Amino acid sequence: MYSNHPSHSQQPIVFSQEMLDQSQEIIKHYPEGKQKSAILPIMHIVQKHFGWVSVEAQDIIAEMLKIKPIEVYEVATFYTMFHLHPVGKYVLEVCRTGPCMIRGAEDICKYLEKKLGIKEGEITADGLFTWRTVECLGACGYAPMMQVGEHYHEYLTPEKLDNLISDWKTK
Amino acid sequence: MGRKLLLEHAKVPGIRHIDTYIQHGGYRSVHKALKTMTPDEVVEEVKKSGLRGRGGAGFPTGMKWSFLAKPEGIPRYLVCNADESEPGTFKDRYLMEYLPHLLIEGMITSSYALGANTSYIYIRGEYRWVYTILVEAIAEAYAKGYLGKNILGSGFNFDLYVQPGGGAYICGEETALLESLEGKRGNPRMKPPFPAIKGLWQSPTVVNNVETIAAVVPIVNEGGDEYAKIGIGKSTGTKLISACGNIKNSGVYEIDLGLPVDEFLNSDEYCGGVANGKRLKAVIPGGSSVPIVPAGLFYKNIKGEDRLMSYESLSDGGFASGTMMGSGGFIVYDEDQCIVRNTWNLARFYNHESCGQCSPCREGTGWLVKVLDKIEHGKGATMADIDLLWDIQRRIEGNTICPLGDAAAWPVAAAIRHFRDEFEWHIKNPQLAQSKNYGLVKETVYQTV
Ligand SMILES: Cc1cc2nc3c(=O)[nH]c(=O)nc-3n(C[C@H](O)[C@H](O)[C@H](O)COP(=O)(O)O)c2cc1C
Ligand code: SF4
Ligand code: FES
Repeated sequence: MYSNHPSHSQQPIVFSQEMLDQSQEIIKHYPEGKQKSAILPIMHIVQKHFGWVSVEAQDIIAEMLKIKPIEVYEVATFYTMFHLHPVGKYVLEVCRTGPCMIRGAEDICKYLEKKLGIKEGEITADGLFTWRTVECLGACGYAPMMQVGEHYHEYLTPEKLDNLISDWKTK
Repeated sequence: MGRKLLLEHAKVPGIRHIDTYIQHGGYRSVHKALKTMTPDEVVEEVKKSGLRGRGGAGFPTGMKWSFLAKPEGIPRYLVCNADESEPGTFKDRYLMEYLPHLLIEGMITSSYALGANTSYIYIRGEYRWVYTILVEAIAEAYAKGYLGKNILGSGFNFDLYVQPGGGAYICGEETALLESLEGKRGNPRMKPPFPAIKGLWQSPTVVNNVETIAAVVPIVNEGGDEYAKIGIGKSTGTKLISACGNIKNSGVYEIDLGLPVDEFLNSDEYCGGVANGKRLKAVIPGGSSVPIVPAGLFYKNIKGEDRLMSYESLSDGGFASGTMMGSGGFIVYDEDQCIVRNTWNLARFYNHESCGQCSPCREGTGWLVKVLDKIEHGKGATMADIDLLWDIQRRIEGNTICPLGDAAAWPVAAAIRHFRDEFEWHIKNPQLAQSKNYGLVKETVYQTV
C-alpha cells in the first residue's frame, strides 16, 4: 500500500487559515495564469508548518494552484531543501563542501554522529534531532557551519554544539 | 585604503531601514534617473562605466542590456540572481543582509532603464533571514513611494518581489533560474533563444547578479566615466571578494580592481595572510569552478609579472598557468591541505548538483567522483587512473547544455595539471595517503599536460 510509504502523512493534512492567506498573497506576485510559480514559496510555508512536505500536502498545493499533482511532485523531488519524509524537530544541516571541509566540517559531522548517536539522515529516539550534510550554504568564511531551520550557526566547535543541543533539549 | 562604492555604509547602525539609508544618500539614483534621464541614457552610463557582470562570467552589463528585445505590448523583466551557491562565494549575502535598500535601489533604477515594470529577486532558499530582511525593506520602499504606481510622479510603475529557491546550485545558471521561477525543476534551457529574447514566461528578460545591480547605483550617481576611472584596463570599478579557507581574516572585502594579489592576501587590511603562520599552497580565486593555482603561479604570472586582482591578470596564461576572476570567491589553501581530497570533494559537489539532463555531465561527474574516491581513499588506484580522470574531464567540457559541465571539469583538470605528483604519491602510498597529507608541492610544478 502506498499510504504506508514514509512519504505519506499518517494524519490528515489541513492547511491553516494563515497558511492559505499567505499562499494567496504569494500567488498575486505573478501575472494571471502563472500561479504555478508559487510552488516553491508555498512548499516553504508547508515545511515550516509541518516540518516536512508529505504527498498529501503536495496534492493540496496542486489543487490550490490548479495544476496536476505530478507537477508538484517533480518539483518537490528536485530541490534539496524539502524533507519528503518525517524528520526530527531540529534538522542540523552541516555544510560539507571544500571551504568548510578544510576548516573542520568532517570533524563536526563525526562529533554529531557520536553525540546524537544516530547516522546521517536518522531521527533520534526522542524525535528531536536529525542531522545531515548539505552542500555550500554561502557561509564559507565563517566555517565550519550548519543551518538549523531559518538560522545559520557559524564557527562551530564541539562546545558550541553541546550548548546548542542542550538548549534545544530543554525548549 | 580601498575605495568603497557599495559597502561604505554597511556598518552604519539602522542602515537596513529606509530613513537611515536615505540620510546616507540612499535613493539618489532613483531621483536622478527617473526625473532627469531617459531609460536609454541610463543604459548609456552603464555602457560607459565598463561594468562587467559580477555573477561569474564577467560579461559587459551595458552590452547585455542593449540586447534586450523590446517588442510592443509584451512585458519585459529584470531578474536579480541572488542564488549565490558557488562554493567560496558569500558576498551577495553580505550585501543583501547589510544593505537591502542598495539592491532595491539598483533594481528600481535598472528596471527603469530596461523598461521592466515587474521584477524579481530570486534568492537561494537557505538565506531565509535575508529573504525576510528584503521583504521588510521592500515594504518600506512601497510606503515611501519608491515602489508602486507613478514613482516620484515620473509615470513609471514598478513592482518588486522576492522569490525563494529550494536548494539547488544549478538554479544560479540563468535559464535554470528562470525555469525555477516559473515553478518548474531547475533544468537549464537550450540556447538560443537567449533570455534577452525569450526569458521569463517567454518574455524578454535580463538576469543580473546582486552585485552587478548594486553597482548601477554609484554608476548613475557619479556617472559612468567616473566609475570607469577606478580599476585597471577592462576591469573597471570595485569588486566584492569573499575570502575564506586558511586565512587570518575571512570575510567580504570591497577592492578596487587591479589590487595586487599579494596585497590582498597578505596585508592586514584584507586577508591578513595565511593563518597560523603556515605557508601558502594554492588559491582558487574565483569560486570552486575556476582553476586552482599553486602559490608559485599565484603571486606572479608565467612571465614573472605581479598578478593583480583583475579579470585579465587572473586569467593571464590561460588555463595552462592562469585561472579566473569568477564570482570572487577567494579560497586559500595552506600547506596542510590535500589537493586530492579537495578535488574529490568538489567533484562530489558537482555530481550532486548536476541536473542530469546531459549524459556527459550526469555520468561524467559520477565517474570523476568514483575515480577520485579510489585515489583518495586508497582503493587500489593505478597511474592509469590519472589519465582516465583527464580523459573524463576532457569529454565533459564543452559538450553540455549549460556550463556546469565545464565547471565540474576545470577544477579536476587544474588539479592534475599543477599537482600531478600529489596524485601519484597517493597512488604509490595508499596507506600513507589516508592518514597524512602530501604537504607542499616541490619546486617543479608547472608541467602543462
Ligand atoms: C552552474 C552555474 C551556477 C551559477 N550560479 C550563479 C549564482 O549563484 N549567482 C549569479 O549571479 N550567477 C550565477 N551564474 C551565472 C549566471 O548564469 C549568469 O551568468 C549571471 O547571473 C549573469 O549576471 P551578471 O551578468 O550580472 O554576472 C551561474 C552559472 C552557472 C553555469
Ligand atoms: S551540464 Fe549538467 S547541469 Fe547543465 S544542463 Fe547539462 S546535466 Fe544539467
Ligand atoms: S563551503 Fe560551507 S558554506 Fe560554503
